[in-house]
Amino acid sequence: METLVNGKETITQKKTMPGAEAVICSLLAEGVDTIFGYPGGAIMPIYDALYSYQDRIEHILVRHEQGAVHAAQGFARVRNEVGVVFATSGPGATNLITGIADAQIDSTPLVCITGQVTSGLLGTDAFQETDVIGISMPVTKWNYQITDAREIPEILAKAFYIAKSGRPGPVLVDITKDAQFASMEYAYQKCTEIRTYHPIPVIKQDKLKKAAALINEAKRPFLLVGQGVLIAQAQEVLKDLIEKAHIPSAWTILGLSALDNDHPLNMGMLGMHGNYAPNVLTNECDVLIAVGMRFDDRVTGDLSKYARQAKVIHIEIDSSEIDKNVKAHVPVIGDAKQVLEALLPLVKENDHQPWLDRFHELHQIEEEKIINNDLYPQSKGIRMGEVVRHISEATKGEAIVVTDVGQHQMVTSRYYGFKSPHSSVTSGGLGTMGFALPAAMGAKVGKPDRPVVAIIGDGGFQMTLQELGTIFQYNIPVKIVILNNSFLGMVRQWQQLFFERRYSFTELKNPDFTAIARGFSIESQKVGEREQLPQAIAQMLSHPGAYLLEVTVEKEENVFPMVPSGAAVADIRME
Amino acid sequence: MSNTNNVKLASELLEKDQEKRSFNLSILTENKSGLLNAVTIIFTRRKINIESINVSETEVEGVSRYTIVIESTREQAEKVVKRIRKVIDVFWAFVYENDEIFYQEIALYKVPTRAFLNGDNAEHLVRNNGARILVIEEDFIIIEKTGHQHETRDLLEKLKPYGVLEFVRSGRIAMSKSTRRTDLFLQELHNHH
Ligand SMILES: Cc1ncc(C[n+]2csc(CCOP(=O)(O)OP(=O)(O)O)c2C)c(N)n1
Repeated sequence: METLVNGKETITQKKTMPGAEAVICSLLAEGVDTIFGYPGGAIMPIYDALYSYQDRIEHILVRHEQGAVHAAQGFARVRNEVGVVFATSGPGATNLITGIADAQIDSTPLVCITGQVTSGLLGTDAFQETDVIGISMPVTKWNYQITDAREIPEILAKAFYIAKSGRPGPVLVDITKDAQFASMEYAYQKCTEIRTYHPIPVIKQDKLKKAAALINEAKRPFLLVGQGVLIAQAQEVLKDLIEKAHIPSAWTILGLSALDNDHPLNMGMLGMHGNYAPNVLTNECDVLIAVGMRFDDRVTGDLSKYARQAKVIHIEIDSSEIDKNVKAHVPVIGDAKQVLEALLPLVKENDHQPWLDRFHELHQIEEEKIINNDLYPQSKGIRMGEVVRHISEATKGEAIVVTDVGQHQMVTSRYYGFKSPHSSVTSGGLGTMGFALPAAMGAKVGKPDRPVVAIIGDGGFQMTLQELGTIFQYNIPVKIVILNNSFLGMVRQWQQLFFERRYSFTELKNPDFTAIARGFSIESQKVGEREQLPQAIAQMLSHPGAYLLEVTVEKEENVFPMVPSGAAVADIRME
Repeated sequence: MSNTNNVKLASELLEKDQEKRSFNLSILTENKSGLLNAVTIIFTRRKINIESINVSETEVEGVSRYTIVIESTREQAEKVVKRIRKVIDVFWAFVYENDEIFYQEIALYKVPTRAFLNGDNAEHLVRNNGARILVIEEDFIIIEKTGHQHETRDLLEKLKPYGVLEFVRSGRIAMSKSTRRTDLFLQELHNHH
């Protein structure tokens, strides 16, 4: 088969082949080099076709389909490309749903291909038949069922286009077994347009001018960095803009790593467990510039008390996000990079030092009350913050860091000193425990040259630990750090603070995690003393293969500051 | 205008935004299977009941129009419309209040033929209510009436004494008061992007 690359369109000469092979050829035409998947009856023809293409495309056999989606998410996030997943019908397909929902809410581009029973059996409760189109519709950007092999190249082209363009998201294509077997004439043409879909909005000049005017007049401007900055690859122009106009900036958890941590205008994390200054000063700024973010309730707290004094400029590619949670005085709908590039020449050079000093003053308070004790504790037990500090120092802030969900996630986001973009991978919107291990695996496969460290709680690790099998089989050298507090820590913290310390079913009796690692031939070590930490981390990082480091941390550590759910950002608690 | 007046106006406006009333969503889409589901789950997720729904072809080949009536606040209706526009096979969605459109529903009533044999009361009723007789069978007559919901319901009440066997009413169909041509609008939408 000959592939002709002609500008943006890839057109392949016609060739007769089964639908299953057309699936593989379509993926190759899209430049896919990695698939995460798990076989079964309804997708066997596709797996059979894959057998002949192993030299050109790598398939990673996971241990559970949820692991496949999370791995593809990790891969997609670090590469800023589409992740690809295969699964069979019925339980294979339903096992994908958590990951797909996660990808949808966190705008991660995926193409999930599921096998389906033969079209004649649709609706008959045939063995492993499930309505995956119906089930996945609310959590996909688009989905489609193929019953005719001739549709395969066109639909897959469309799937990749939709997944990646505009605000990215997961797409699911369900292919009946008869369509996989049927012979068809294969030719591939990339999709560049769908008449009902306009992923990149045209920027309105009047809005741009208004935004620039507001920024130029602002005395206390404040900029919020969301994941849209990373997706649009806008981190450089963002830096140019905030430096030129001298705007302090803070980030949502998914915007983390868009701006390097030691940039002088980086004021830290927003939201529930974010930093003190950016939360408090949200309610003191005069112009709030939100870029590629959606004012999630974990960021805003009580909306009726959120930035009411500020004029809001909302730069966002998805127009349905405008006025959804926070009313925008100046909405600028468009791709973050395009908007910021157009805005840059319109904003004046400026100096806001007194305003910046406010951030530093408040940060000083946070440092004294919280940060010092998190990073350099005097207590006997190890605190999560110091582990993260050691990892950050040992990797010079240059690792890809993948976190699960809970206290360790917040602590890692607060204290790892990211130096380069697309380096933080976490489940932000859905908060899916079990995300980190498979996502780290996918991230490492996506960026084999970068160190990948997964930081996971003892609870979340046990949700997808079966993926140690995948890590073992494919020799994926991820570094796994379990911060073991023998509790579902974040839930326990809420019980302590808001439910009178009634620790209802949050204590865990844990296995010996190092023994589990050994079962998969993964090097491991357990530490519980502060003095052991630097050495243990160095050993983990210098080990050539995968490594599991279990750290026994304080059982009842709490993460602060905290904006209690439903409270105003300015009412952030320090204890 | 004084400041207090301004404040009052703003709060009245806000109140109007929060007030629940009828909104008519008019959605131009590709004619594709599964799309109805993709559109309706948007309401399900927000626990908004669909009061009426109608799907039909338009004068543009391959393009369908959904007319959906919901009870909601202005704010919610607008959010829903924005979300509907994101569905891949949707060209565009409009939101209208009742006074921004002309709309109709069609109702059919089945009554026993013998009700009409006893005098001409029922026939009168049909004529005086702007309805018409669609078919006369040996056992039943089907009456048709076009109108707004309260009008078709009125006739139902009036026919009840004659023994209504069956009553059905279509979803609302609506046209906006604009002079926009659908095909040109779609073209413009496309060119703009
Ligand atoms: C799949 C899933 N189930 C439940 C939760 C609710 N939840 C949020 S944080 C948390 C505790 C996590 O405990 P652990 O993994 O040990 O991490 P820690 O908070 O102790 O760092 C739970 C149960 C969730 N986010 N995801």
